[in-house]
Amino acid sequence: MTLFEWLTDPANWTGSRGIPVQVGFHLLYTVISLAIASAIAIPLGIFIGFTGKGEAIVAGSANALRSLPTLGLLILLFLVLAPVIAGQLVFVVPTIIVLVLLAIPPILTGTYTGIQSADEAAVDAARGMGYTRTQILWRVQMPCALPLLISGLRGSTLQVVSTATVAAYLGLQGLGRYIIDGRAQADFAQMAGGALLVALLALALELLFSVLGKVLVSPGLRRTTRRRRTAPTDTATAALTTLTAAR
Amino acid sequence: MNIDWIWANLQPIGALFLNHIWLTVVPTVIGLVIAIPLGWWAHRSRRGGVVIIGAAGLLYTIPSLALFILLPAILGTRILDPLNIVIALTVYTVALLVRVVSDGLGSVPHDTVAAAEAMGYRGWQRLLLVELPVAVPVIIAGLRVAIVSNVSIVTMAALIGIPQLGTLFTQGFQLRLIVPLITGIVLCVVLAVIFDQVLIRIGHVASPWRRRDVPA
Amino acid sequence: MRKLPLAALTAASVAAALVLTGCATGDQALSGGDAGGSAGDQIIIGSADFSESQLIATIYSLALQDAGVEVKEQFNIGSREVYIAALQDGSIDLIPEYSGALLKHFDAESKASTSEDVVAELEETLPEGIEMFEISEAQDKDILAVTEATAEQYDLTTISDLEPVASELILGGPAEWATRVNGVVGLRDVYGLEFKEFVSLDAGGPLTMTALLNGQIQVADVFSTDPALTANNLVALEDDKSLFAAENVVPVISSAKSSDTVEETLDAVSAALTTEALIEMNGKAAEGESLSDIARDWLDSAGL
Repeated sequence: MTLFEWLTDPANWTGSRGIPVQVGFHLLYTVISLAIASAIAIPLGIFIGFTGKGEAIVAGSANALRSLPTLGLLILLFLVLAPVIAGQLVFVVPTIIVLVLLAIPPILTGTYTGIQSADEAAVDAARGMGYTRTQILWRVQMPCALPLLISGLRGSTLQVVSTATVAAYLGLQGLGRYIIDGRAQADFAQMAGGALLVALLALALELLFSVLGKVLVSPGLRRTTRRRRTAPTDTATAALTTLTAAR
Repeated sequence: MNIDWIWANLQPIGALFLNHIWLTVVPTVIGLVIAIPLGWWAHRSRRGGVVIIGAAGLLYTIPSLALFILLPAILGTRILDPLNIVIALTVYTVALLVRVVSDGLGSVPHDTVAAAEAMGYRGWQRLLLVELPVAVPVIIAGLRVAIVSNVSIVTMAALIGIPQLGTLFTQGFQLRLIVPLITGIVLCVVLAVIFDQVLIRIGHVASPWRRRDVPA
Repeated sequence: MRKLPLAALTAASVAAALVLTGCATGDQALSGGDAGGSAGDQIIIGSADFSESQLIATIYSLALQDAGVEVKEQFNIGSREVYIAALQDGSIDLIPEYSGALLKHFDAESKASTSEDVVAELEETLPEGIEMFEISEAQDKDILAVTEATAEQYDLTTISDLEPVASELILGGPAEWATRVNGVVGLRDVYGLEFKEFVSLDAGGPLTMTALLNGQIQVADVFSTDPALTANNLVALEDDKSLFAAENVVPVISSAKSSDTVEETLDAVSAALTTEALIEMNGKAAEGESLSDIARDWLDSAGL
């Protein structure tokens, strides 16, 4: 069977293990993990960006965090949690924890570097207009931070979508099923199909984020970031901090 | 916890550690070498830039396990050949670094480029002698991300029986032992920190005019 | 999306560039012997992705080293579907196998069930380039196990007993089981069992055992030599229609690497190995003893 035949076989598109269902599971794991990661990383990022506290620790450990091997963590968490957790959750919890850990660094760095990247002139102007520190945070720094925050979220999403395939290693569903099962059954069409679907899903989410960026980010802000060439190194490195890795 | 396991298995752990080092370093170096001309092209041509950076982003989303296993079918390599891992990681490294090199070259101030041009530097000469050296801090920052990520991705090769630190994970799983798992994770992080520090040093040496670090 | 063909083209050219450079440098880096694969006299020993297979592979490895044969270990490769391909493409040269499952791999229709019949058919069926040595009396069969509670609830003692209740039960096993005659396919065709669902887990490993004990699955594919069977009071359902053939441990080797020394050494190992020894060694492995220590101790006690 070829990849094309696998993708066009109606049997693969229906039933409780069909492609739509697996895409659904894959998205479910992704959304849950991103939601938890955002709930942790965005407030923490705002705190760090606003107060400057803990920045050294985060900047220093963000890169090391990337080296945490997903596979090892997943198995370790499973072995440690298996005696404590009952039912289906014993497979779900380790998977979600691993994905959350992966998703946190890009969102966190995106948020705090975003807040710090707010144009100092704009902050000064707001202060001159009598804004309080909190007002400056919410009305000036946060809108300025949005592009980098969204880029951090985007990075996390790509990483989580790609890595959520490990859920299948613990017997869960999602597109990783096709990759793990295809491998075990020496069915290359199934594996290639799974990999292609993951890439397509990532592409779709990427498009979603570019739309989101256009809708949410203030147009004035977009224009200035386009034109500003004073500190390109900083925008380049800020983009880099949110770049993703490790699956 | 059975720490004795570590002492009893010191030799195999050492061998896995060494395997892990070259499986990480070789693709990172090859990836950088390939990414420089591609990144330069992406930087020079607006359309080329969109296409090549978009393609790199897509390549990056292919799950590693799938790439490890599909490569032999595409390239005709043996299915358990470590070469498959090297090539897959090279693909990821290039995918990550093309954008970084392009951004790095974009970070070179116009004045610098103009000055170089006025002094008679052209094409490759200008790229190698002026633009790349100035872009070093950004490229080093990207390399740090790439190599540290590669340390983690290499462990996935344990699922297809290529020996490296990830082997400790599958072993620990089958034997239901936590010690090999923790050993493997700690060694991965240690290896990543060492690579990171080495690259920071290289960055310092390669860009002596800069004091400030670019955070990775 | 309009850009996609271009993107694909670029991706392809990137890949091509990678192949060229990758090969050149990779081969040099690999000159330690890996890229050469099975070149020379070295024997690359593989194993499946469960600990008993690695244990037997370790025993082969130590015994061959003692006999002065140069070996390299490449364990934990994956399922039979993968490691037989690895054996055929020269990635590995030798692997411990289980006779019945190996036969079903090459001849899904085979009805052989006794050790002798399986061996006789295997001799005919093994493809060119692969041969097997003497089988050991040690066996490790796939069995369907349920918890004591499930067995009582549905009054189960044989696999046939599952027929009226299968549609309420979830079966768990390794991913390759979904398409194997020696698995879901055979259970359906031979026993008429249609389970509510099949869940892909691992080959009789911690995932399967956890899922069974946690109630995520009710019926599990486990190994008859797994000490966890008795430790957890699991009930092994009798294979009353002989779907699962005899599973004698047997070394399978690529013909190019077969020699008298190797054959004599491994035949001696097979002659000494018993099912009881396997269960005992699996028990030690489950307690965390290193596989090479277990293998060495057994070789010593067997006088090999």
